[in-house]
Amino acid sequence: MTIRNIRLPVSEETIRELRIGDELKLTGTIVTARDMAHKYLVECDAEEMRPFLKDGMVYHCGPIVKKQADGWSFVAAGPTTSKREEPYEAKVMQKYGVRGVIGKGGMGKTTLEACKRIGAVYLHAIGGLAVLLAQSVKRVSGVYKLDEFGAPEAMWIIEVEDFPVVVTMDSTGQSLHETVLNNSTDMARKLAESL
Amino acid sequence: MEPDKLKEHFIELIRRTSCELAPDVQSSLEKAAASEQGRARSTLDLILDNVREAKEKSIPICQDTGSILFNVEHGPDFEPKLLQTAIFKAVVQATQASYLRPNAVHPITGKNSGDNTGIGAPNVHFKPIEKEKHLSVRLMLKGGGSENCGAQYTLPDQSIQAARDVTGIKRCILDAVLRAQGFGCAPGIIGVGIGGDRVTSLQESKEQFYRRLDDENPDPVLLEIEHEMLAKLNQLGIGPMGFGGATTCLGVKLGVRHRHPASFFVSVSYTCWAYRRRRMEIDGDQVKYS
Repeated sequence: MTIRNIRLPVSEETIRELRIGDELKLTGTIVTARDMAHKYLVECDAEEMRPFLKDGMVYHCGPIVKKQADGWSFVAAGPTTSKREEPYEAKVMQKYGVRGVIGKGGMGKTTLEACKRIGAVYLHAIGGLAVLLAQSVKRVSGVYKLDEFGAPEAMWIIEVEDFPVVVTMDSTGQSLHETVLNNSTDMARKLAESL
Repeated sequence: MEPDKLKEHFIELIRRTSCELAPDVQSSLEKAAASEQGRARSTLDLILDNVREAKEKSIPICQDTGSILFNVEHGPDFEPKLLQTAIFKAVVQATQASYLRPNAVHPITGKNSGDNTGIGAPNVHFKPIEKEKHLSVRLMLKGGGSENCGAQYTLPDQSIQAARDVTGIKRCILDAVLRAQGFGCAPGIIGVGIGGDRVTSLQESKEQFYRRLDDENPDPVLLEIEHEMLAKLNQLGIGPMGFGGATTCLGVKLGVRHRHPASFFVSVSYTCWAYRRRRMEIDGDQVKYS
C-alpha cells in the first residue's frame, strides 16, 4: 500500500478522495484538543482558535511536555480515546471548519454523519505510540488555556512532519470501527452460545 | 536508609515503570506480532519499536502515565510516615523530570494539581511485615483509557443471559471485552475478580495485574477458564487497536473471593498493552528492581 502525504491546511476536495484503510503522513499545523477543550470550543466562541482549526485538524491528545530555554517541546504524545468527544465533535467540526479528527478507538454515528456532510475524516493514530509520535512533532508554536486546563488538557498548536495515521472513517460514510464492531458482535453471540 | 536516598530509589522505580515495559509483556507482544499479518502485524511492530525507543531514551512508553498505585510492604525499620514523604517527593520530582504526566485533576474545580499529588493521589497502600531492614514496593501505572473499559456485573444479569454459574461468569468476560473494542488500546490484559463485595471484587480484579502473563493459576478450575477465555476472546476479531486481527487479548487472569449469599459480583478490569508494573526490593543497602 502506498502512503499518501497530506499537507495541512487541507482542501475539502483532497479529504473527499480519502477512503478507509488509506495510510497517510501529515505535515503542517495541528491542534491538540481533548475533553475540556471540546466542551470549551462548543460552549464558547473561541475566535482565537479559528485560524488553526479552519481546514485543519484536531488531535485527541494529552501530551507530556517539557519546558526548555527556547520554549516547549513534546516528550510523549500518543492519542487518547476519542469516543468521549462524541457529544461535541460534530459541532466543533461544523463550527470551526475542521477537516480531520485524529485519535484512537474511532467515533460514533454523529461524527460519521458530520464527516459526510462537511467533508472530513477520522484518522487513527496508534494508541501508546507516544515516543514515536512525539518525534513527528517538530515544533510547539503555541498553547492556549494552559493555566486553566492544565498541561494534558490545554490546546497545543504543534507543527508535525510525516505524522503517521490511518483513515478509519471517511466522507462517504464508511467506518472501519463499525465493521469491526458488527463482526465482533456476531462472533460474540456465537461464542456466548458455545460456553 | 537516608530519606533522600530512599526518595531517589522511588524515582528510579517510577522511571523504570514508566519507560520500560515488563519483560513478560514485551515477549508476549513479540510472539503476537510474529503470528499476525497485515495491519495487525504492522501495528504490533510499531508498538514494539515504540517500546524499544522508550527504553533506550528513558521516555514514557505512553503519554498517559496513568493512575499511580503503590503497594508497600515494609519491615519494622521503615516507618510509613517516612515512606509516604519519600514517595510524594519522588512523584513530584518524577513529574518534573517528565517521567510522569500531571494526572491529578480535582473533580469539582477541574484544576490539575500539576504534580500528581492531591486527595488520594498517588494511591499508596501500606502493609507492615516482620522482615528486618526489608522493603518491597510494587508500582503500577494504570492508563485511564483502559480503566474506562472496566465493568462490574451483578449476577444474574439477564441482559447478557448470565446466571450465577461458571457460564455466567464467562459471559461477563466476553461482554466486557466486546464492549471494550479497541478503546482500551488492545491487545489488552483482562483481570477478573469473582465474588467479594463491590469494592473487594474490583480489588481482586486489579490484583490479577500483578501476576506474570506466563504464570499458572494454582486453582486448576480457574486455570482452565483462563485458557478457554483467552482463546475465545481472540476469536472476536477486534485485534490490535481495534483494527481487526487475532490478537485482542494477551492474557486473562482470574481471582475469587467468598461472597455474601445475596451478592454475586463479577468485576472485569482491562489494562492496555502498555501494561506498566514493576517491583523494587530493598534489603539493607541492597536495591533490586524487577
